[in-house]
Amino acid sequence: MLETIWFVLWGLLWAVYFVLDGFDFGMGTLLPFAARNEAERRTIYNAAGPFWDGNEVWLITAGGVTFAAFPKAYAVMFSALYAPLLLLLFALIFRAVSFEFRNKIDSPRWRKVWDVFQFLGNFVPALLFGVAFANLFMGIPVDGDGVYHGNLLKLLNLYGLLGGVFFVLMFSLHGALWMAIKSTGDLHDRAVALARGIWPLLLCAALAFLTATAVYTNLYVNYMKFPPLLVFPILAVASLLTTRFFIASNSVGMAWVCNAVFIVCVTFFGVFGMYPALLPSSMDPAFSVTIANGASSPLTLKIMLTVVAIFVPIVLAYQAWVYSVFTHKITDEDLEDEHAY
Amino acid sequence: MDVVMLSRLQFAVAVFFHFIFVPLTLGLSVLIAVMQTIYYRTGNETYKRMAKFWGKLFLINFTLGVVTGITLEFQFGTNWSRYSEYVGDIFGSLLAIEATLAFFLESTFLAVWVFGWERVSKKMHLFAIWAVAFASNLSGLWIILANGWMQNPVGYVIRNNRAELDNFFTVLSNPYAWGQFFHNLTASWMLAGFFVLGISAWHLLRRNEEDFFNRSFKLAAAFTLVLAILVAVQGHNHGNTVARLQPAKLAAMESHWETQKSAPMYLLAVPNESAEGNAIQAFGIPGVLSLLAFNDPSAEVKGLKDFPKEDRPPVLLTFLNFRLMVGLGTLFPLLAGAAFLFRNRLQDKQWLLKALPWAIPLPYLAIMAGWAVAEIGRQPWIVYGMMRTTDAVSPVPASSVAVSLLAFGAVYTLLGVLDIYLLRKYARKGPAA
Ligand code: HDD
Ligand code: HEM
Ligand code: HEM
Repeated sequence: MLETIWFVLWGLLWAVYFVLDGFDFGMGTLLPFAARNEAERRTIYNAAGPFWDGNEVWLITAGGVTFAAFPKAYAVMFSALYAPLLLLLFALIFRAVSFEFRNKIDSPRWRKVWDVFQFLGNFVPALLFGVAFANLFMGIPVDGDGVYHGNLLKLLNLYGLLGGVFFVLMFSLHGALWMAIKSTGDLHDRAVALARGIWPLLLCAALAFLTATAVYTNLYVNYMKFPPLLVFPILAVASLLTTRFFIASNSVGMAWVCNAVFIVCVTFFGVFGMYPALLPSSMDPAFSVTIANGASSPLTLKIMLTVVAIFVPIVLAYQAWVYSVFTHKITDEDLEDEHAY
Repeated sequence: MDVVMLSRLQFAVAVFFHFIFVPLTLGLSVLIAVMQTIYYRTGNETYKRMAKFWGKLFLINFTLGVVTGITLEFQFGTNWSRYSEYVGDIFGSLLAIEATLAFFLESTFLAVWVFGWERVSKKMHLFAIWAVAFASNLSGLWIILANGWMQNPVGYVIRNNRAELDNFFTVLSNPYAWGQFFHNLTASWMLAGFFVLGISAWHLLRRNEEDFFNRSFKLAAAFTLVLAILVAVQGHNHGNTVARLQPAKLAAMESHWETQKSAPMYLLAVPNESAEGNAIQAFGIPGVLSLLAFNDPSAEVKGLKDFPKEDRPPVLLTFLNFRLMVGLGTLFPLLAGAAFLFRNRLQDKQWLLKALPWAIPLPYLAIMAGWAVAEIGRQPWIVYGMMRTTDAVSPVPASSVAVSLLAFGAVYTLLGVLDIYLLRKYARKGPAA
């Protein structure tokens, strides 16, 4: 029971992380396509300004909680995915630095360099998360000793790449909508146009992914066993359709919320499909790391549950407050502030 | 090199680099919060400009602390997976708690501080910087509880082929960890003090913004002096804990080979590990080692020869780093004392104004040396007395680690150069910019 609660929490933390950092990924990925001049580029940076670091902490927490609640999953997953994980971390390093350093030297060339890193630092993680999670859903070649028998290229299989494309589109839509929320004028209109353009691509990718999942993975086994869970894929498609409706009626805020629901449902769809495994082995199901053979002791799970039950709601409360303080549209004054990016 | 050596090297590079940025965060956040509190209380605009100027340097430094921390958080899994599996029940929890309690608070309220000058009330804005200062030091506490557990594992049972939590309270009250924490806290705050003193002195020497930098200097002078003394006192206390709980490390720190009562301390010593002794040792002061380690000049201090060879840490590195730290630790109270004493007639003491900017790197050096003592002196154990470093490493190919180590080296060198360049640029520019 305790293990199952932790499994759900584990999925929830990833879902929250994708919803929050997802729009940063999307804005960075769209930066070269959306902004036409320096003021617009800076608007995009500052639209993520007060949020990206707090968002990234959800990744640290998701990682930390994996370590605390399922140490074996943390150990095997991260050593198996050694190369992609380090690539991801380096990308995140350059993303963070591009925020802080870009505006510190007054030279167009210097800024251009950091714009490239801002793009890569968001696009690469978005892609890698998609590839990694798709491969997790499929199962990873680890043996009973936790030793990985594959390489980076093996992860870039058809289903993995589809997952990558899917995630990039999903986050791009999320970012376009956030950009529209935070901007005015031309940039706003362009962001909305981008959202309109991305949406059909995302719909195709989502449907392709849901279908390919039936071919490449065993996720649907759980859904056959326990049909009420089908609410997640169904809700995912429904919220994606609603997103389009709100884009059409120019309510970008509501569209963003619907897309957030979509992201949560997609994450849950995958994670609950894996249950009770956190890391299915493609070599032999007996080698999979599951909540039964991978969890921490009941004492640790209980203590951590108490900590999380008290502090995560507090975190959500103050982060929600910060979002409410900073959802205003970026103005010229904001850009003139000496601390602005 | 084998995968163990490569992983150790990579971890050392990553963590040393992280710890270039962390101590300044811990201390400077507190100093900025104090400046802003004075501004809040008195309305004196100079203190607002102070908070903003030092805040800008803080932010450049902070970003690199954040990015280098994230790679560390995941390296236990990528490079020390056997370790993570074996101790995750306890060690993993402490890391997860750190993120939930401290990192969220720190990053969220830092954003309020940076972007909120005009958007939240003055009171809220002041609260934000105190929250940042509190949270960064709180994160230090949790990570050191984790490290302290590796140094002195407590509150666990070996069950199901791993270390499982037995008593959480025992883990939280680990005396070793608290000793480390206070020593680190004082060292980091002192470092920030020297940072402010050094940069202020540089500007005072050039007579830039004298009022501004005089105030900064005075604020930091008393602070730095008190902390420099506390660092040494707490370091000595902590040395007692080390002597009690990790006798092999203590012997290596002093290159002390023969178990004896009234052990002397040699002012000059050169260890020779293969000969199991010191190549040179001179100026011995009888009983001082016993006194320093156990507060009793006749106490018996165990020598390295009484530990099996496979349980001894590398002596030379541990010894040299310890000497370096303590040597610098003796210098700091003197230097900070001079700064405090002459704080009202600095222009008469040009030598001091010239010396202080050069002193900025020294606390960094002492902190690095201290961690080298703590971590190299813990070898060959990853968890003291429980698990060996060689059993802890991930089953990944050495070539992968070699590639990632090179990548770390390249990326971190680049970032380090850029960071120092920007810090210098903005420190020299002064508050006017
Ligand atoms: C500016 C920094 C600084 C200065 C001046 C000193 N230390 Fe230190 N020392 C540290 C910064 C530090 C540190 C980096 O913070 C360490 C590394 C691990 C730790 O917990 O603290 C440390 C570790 C450390 C250890 C080993 C801890 C372990 O193995 O776990 C001892 C015994 C001392 N210190 C003792 C001293 C003494 C007697 C000093 C006398 C002047 C002194 N330190 C000055
Ligand atoms: C090897 C162990 C360590 C790990 C895994 C680790 C992990 C991290 C992580 C993930 C971050 C980023 C947080 C964010 O995004 O806001 C971070 C930053 C930070 N860490 Fe560490 N850390 C380690 C060592 C230390 C030590 C020893 C201390 C203090 C004594 C410390 C104090 C801090 C502080 C204050 C920050 C805030 C940002 C800054 O560094 O400027 N860390 N660390
Ligand atoms: C920030 C200050 C720190 C520094 C400068 C530091 C330094 C080092 C060094 C030099 C090594 C390599 C030792 C060797 O192989 O001979 C090492 C190893 C290690 N440290 Fe630390 N450390 C720090 C903090 C921490 C903290 C806070 C933790 C845990 C929470 C930690 C966990 C480890 C682990 C797991 C290893 C690898 C295994 C080993 O070599 O023993 N370190 N560290």
